[in-house]
Amino acid sequence: MENFLAAAVAAAMPLLFATLGELITEKAGNLNLGVEGMMYMGAVIGFKAGFATGSPLLAVLGAFAAGAFGAAIYAFLTVALRANQVVTGLTLTIFGTGFAYFVGKGMSGLSAPQIVRDFFMPVGIPGLAGLPLVGKPLFQQSVLAYFGYAITVALAIYLRKTKAGLNLKAVGENTAAADASGINVMLYKYAHIIAGGGLCGIGGGFMSLVAIPVWQEGLIAGRGWIAVALVIFASWQPVKALLGAFLFGGLSILGFWLQSIGINISQYLVEMIPYIATILIVIVSTRKNRKEDMAPADIGNAYFREER
Amino acid sequence: MMKITQRAELPKGREWAIRAAAVLLSIVFAGTVIAALGFDPIKVFAQIVNGSVGSQMRLNQTILKAIPLTITSMGILVAFKMKFWNIGGEGQIMMGAMGATYAALHLPPDLPPTAMLAMLAAASVICGGAWAFIPAYFKAKFGTNETIFTLMMNYIAIKWVTYLQYDLWKDPGSLGFPRIAAFPPSAVLPKLFGIHVGWIVAVLSVVLVYIFVNHTKKGYEVTVIGESVETARYAGMNIKHVMIAAMLVSGGLCGLTGMVQASAVEKTLTYSLSANYGFTAIITTWLGRLSAPAVAIVCFAFAMLIQGGAYLQIALLIPASVAEMIQGIILFFVLGSEFFIQYRVSFSRRAARGVA
Repeated sequence: MENFLAAAVAAAMPLLFATLGELITEKAGNLNLGVEGMMYMGAVIGFKAGFATGSPLLAVLGAFAAGAFGAAIYAFLTVALRANQVVTGLTLTIFGTGFAYFVGKGMSGLSAPQIVRDFFMPVGIPGLAGLPLVGKPLFQQSVLAYFGYAITVALAIYLRKTKAGLNLKAVGENTAAADASGINVMLYKYAHIIAGGGLCGIGGGFMSLVAIPVWQEGLIAGRGWIAVALVIFASWQPVKALLGAFLFGGLSILGFWLQSIGINISQYLVEMIPYIATILIVIVSTRKNRKEDMAPADIGNAYFREER
Repeated sequence: MMKITQRAELPKGREWAIRAAAVLLSIVFAGTVIAALGFDPIKVFAQIVNGSVGSQMRLNQTILKAIPLTITSMGILVAFKMKFWNIGGEGQIMMGAMGATYAALHLPPDLPPTAMLAMLAAASVICGGAWAFIPAYFKAKFGTNETIFTLMMNYIAIKWVTYLQYDLWKDPGSLGFPRIAAFPPSAVLPKLFGIHVGWIVAVLSVVLVYIFVNHTKKGYEVTVIGESVETARYAGMNIKHVMIAAMLVSGGLCGLTGMVQASAVEKTLTYSLSANYGFTAIITTWLGRLSAPAVAIVCFAFAMLIQGGAYLQIALLIPASVAEMIQGIILFFVLGSEFFIQYRVSFSRRAARGVA
């Protein structure tokens, strides 16, 4: 059981980073369906940076930069040029996947260098790792997972307690009103879309540097889309995103685990659950019309000041 | 200072000229990227063209890829006309293929091929339509966001078909391979002029969707709802009814793609059958500005890129992923160019002098 939970938490981490990235992007009023592509870009550049330099820090920075670069293209097109967000995001997924496969061509199947892998090995947090049941799963993880926890808490505080976070909310909910109240709408959009893309990139980097840690084509395997679902599942709240990532991470390995203890249920049926759950949440939140569970009101709309 | 103002309607010719300029620019830019990667850009582009239309066989391969893309795009077009963001094409293709496969494996294999294929097509349209009906119903009834709904439905369908392939429908005669039984010969689409008759389905779908959108009452209602729900309501249209009907058409067409691919290409059902056509169709439909003939042309151009990209690997030992990157770059440029169609960017004197 403990092993299952530990594996579930590890499987949750790539989802968590990507979900938080998409979350702040959507908070700025932009739906970026390029998560899968940005994760691929992060995975391959993170891996390459780690491979070339042997530095875990540069590897993570590389992953962030690659995701941020993809997001910057998306941001320029959707914010400055007001291109359709759905189409631009899907294009980013095509581009990002092609980019990653191209950059990773000669590295297929290679492992990350020993020094990088060692750095990302699970380390126990003294005291906490000894807790019964949850100790090992939660606090015997890679440092990058702890970084994920930290980002979650930081974002939760940022969104709720800081002026910038509240301004961001205003931008996503009603861009015109935010603009009228003197918020630099463009700056907020660019900053959060690009930072969000960087987080998606780290999510990809988690796959190629920590989870596997090997570069291979097909590495991300739809996790970007699960992240898009998770943002809704978590009703745009970072802490819920963490819990949701644990849940979806667990589901992603539940079928195999059940089979290993003799319960025969298809992994593929289990893997449908996150998507069904997300649909149910979308339905319930629209029916109840609960504001706090709904997407930022101005999501998907290109903003043009003169049309205000 | 730079000033941005909304343009009045541009003449259609100017619009397409701007788009053509964007494609040209993107090719120059992509060429620069290719050169920076150490390849000869002229050679790469020449081989993409050569690889996609350079011989009868390659042209056939390109058409084979254009067929599913075109039929799916026509389905997406009907939904987009209504501003119903159906990004569930993947799932609708899958469910359509599933319906066709069920029919192919359960109907008596000695049925006359025409009857057999008609049944397959009907099954696929019903299943694809039913899959699209679910989000359409919730959107019409409760206003549920269809973008996320249809997106999620894709993955449910793909996982479901994976389950069928690995478990429920696994062919016991396949020696343990996770494979669904192959279609009987009567359920395989015949060829005409060297290509399976899916091409006729594709051409017909373009013609019929064009007529539907431009020359029928229902099609007109779809367009009006897309332009303004208020206007439609004021005109007394039954919005829910039209929305659901149009989504049945949209999902049905995507489902039909599934039948064509399962019957003519795979000759069985596999979890990778939709091959991203559902997503690519969203892009092609958007780039063709929701006009059926324009979308069909874009689909062919896309099929050229896919097929030519695959050929790059053989001809120049350049990974096919380069073609995907080029695809992305061209798309980015064309998406960006829409801005210059809708808005006029003018510079006031002071800024102009600054530039000079």
